[in-house]
Amino acid sequence: MLSIETLTIFILSCFVGYYVVSKVSPALHAPLMSVTNAISSVIVIVALDAVFINSLESDGVTTSSLFGLAAVFLTTINIIGGFMLTKRMLAMFSAKKKNKGE
Amino acid sequence: MIEIISGISAILAFVLFILALKGLSSASTADKGNKYGMFGMVLAIISSFYFFNHTLIGNPFLLIAVFAIIIAGMIGFYIAKKIDMTSLPQLLAAFHSLVGLAAVFIACSIFCSPETFGIVLINGKLPIINTIEMSLGASIGAITFSGSIVAFGKLQGIISGKPIRYLGQNKINSGLGILILVMIYCFSIYQNTNLFSFIIFASFLIGYLLIIPIGGADMPVVISMLNSYSGWAAVGIGFSLEKDLLIIVGSLVGTSGAILSHIMCKGMNRSLLNVIFQSTSQNATITESGSSKGNVKICIPEDAGFIIKNANSVIIVPGYGMAVAQAQHAIKELADNLKSSGTSVKYAIHPVAGRMPGHMNVLLAEANIPYEDVFERDEINHEFGSTDVVIVIGANDITNPAAKSDPSSPIYGMPVLDVEKAKTVFFIKRSLGSGYAGIDNSLFYQNNTMMILGDAKKVSEELLKAIKDL
Repeated sequence: MLSIETLTIFILSCFVGYYVVSKVSPALHAPLMSVTNAISSVIVIVALDAVFINSLESDGVTTSSLFGLAAVFLTTINIIGGFMLTKRMLAMFSAKKKNKGE
Repeated sequence: MIEIISGISAILAFVLFILALKGLSSASTADKGNKYGMFGMVLAIISSFYFFNHTLIGNPFLLIAVFAIIIAGMIGFYIAKKIDMTSLPQLLAAFHSLVGLAAVFIACSIFCSPETFGIVLINGKLPIINTIEMSLGASIGAITFSGSIVAFGKLQGIISGKPIRYLGQNKINSGLGILILVMIYCFSIYQNTNLFSFIIFASFLIGYLLIIPIGGADMPVVISMLNSYSGWAAVGIGFSLEKDLLIIVGSLVGTSGAILSHIMCKGMNRSLLNVIFQSTSQNATITESGSSKGNVKICIPEDAGFIIKNANSVIIVPGYGMAVAQAQHAIKELADNLKSSGTSVKYAIHPVAGRMPGHMNVLLAEANIPYEDVFERDEINHEFGSTDVVIVIGANDITNPAAKSDPSSPIYGMPVLDVEKAKTVFFIKRSLGSGYAGIDNSLFYQNNTMMILGDAKKVSEELLKAIKDL
């Protein structure tokens, strides 16, 4: 539902996003994309609701829970893939720092 | 009690997500940021665990769900481990398509059974505003999905990277866009399944039509834009279910993608609307006849090696060609050799070098090239004038001086690297053809430019050999 509260949250979050992301170093734009990809998969929580609540209430497979299951599957690939990929990229950047220290 | 735990986890989750993005402001804090992000995701999932007080065992569907999560996790893990950094842009396009499709599925799931998500029906119908928000989420998700699939195809080379244009393109797209908005309005009133399917299929279509005319050189903008869309899709779902966490995270991702698109557009001196609605290549042929062509000097690696060896300062300008040829490791060896004999070696990175934001930085990092040797355009552009040798590897348009001097050039006004100011420019290129944007580069005809034709990796190795042999 659109309410003053949700709109306030929305607008404030956009500002927070703007200021936080503006500070991101251009060298790290690729990890930024990969980590935002992972966290945008937070919609998995709604998909999990679809799977679990549906199966608790109707105790079986419904169209709604099947759609939910498909969404859970896709977002899980993204979450694990996104975070692991970011980790792998950042390891490359920090490996360089170690070399610098030597 | 469970509500309190759920509420606190949600709050902690978004704080951690913000910290995850903040961590990326420097390479030293970035890894910690990523850990915050992972922890935030765990808390976000905990926050929605209504099923704490239910028994999970004995329900076969839940077993299937757990199994699906494990399989998906393994797929994600495997892809992230195996992917080659050159293909990073297409992987991210593929990831974005998954988020988009998931948003569509979630909207379908909500539509099939709104009570499950706590939406109270009025006279057996969904409230109008929730419906509008849900269908907007679904529509943006669908556009993200099909747009990302096209972007993936273009980056992977399955679909031609050339801009594909057709008659009345912008009119068809705007018409379709308006039609979708009207349909969303109608759907919110009639709530007919057919209308909902229509909205989704029309959105798939418009996502395809929006990206197909955009050329390969504009891919950094497209990828950032799709990144942004995947966030806005989450916002739409968040609004319709009153999930504050989704609204917050969605807007973080949405603004992040928007900022990246803006930076990429600025890097090309174009507006976002210009990238979407008008591709550069249509005017490309005009300049080709207009520019005064001179002679191109072609040089063999042995001679180039001699000049590079005697230089005091070298700047390397990498581009997508370096990524394709996997030349970064050979370049690193070459740079190390030069450095050991006292030559200063720096790297100049243009914001739109490569096929996505930060692509070159990751590739150089992969080859263990030190962070402090890599410079952004604004940091290094004034140094070209005092540099002996510039080596351009697999880059083209971002070095084209016509962007500064020739108003008829399609890339006129794009901030480029001032490589032509250096004493000698070596341009490593596979052939004498024009760049990805199809524009002739006037740098080739300058007196101080020498072309070395060949594969970027092979040439780098030959240069290294030539320098060692001296």
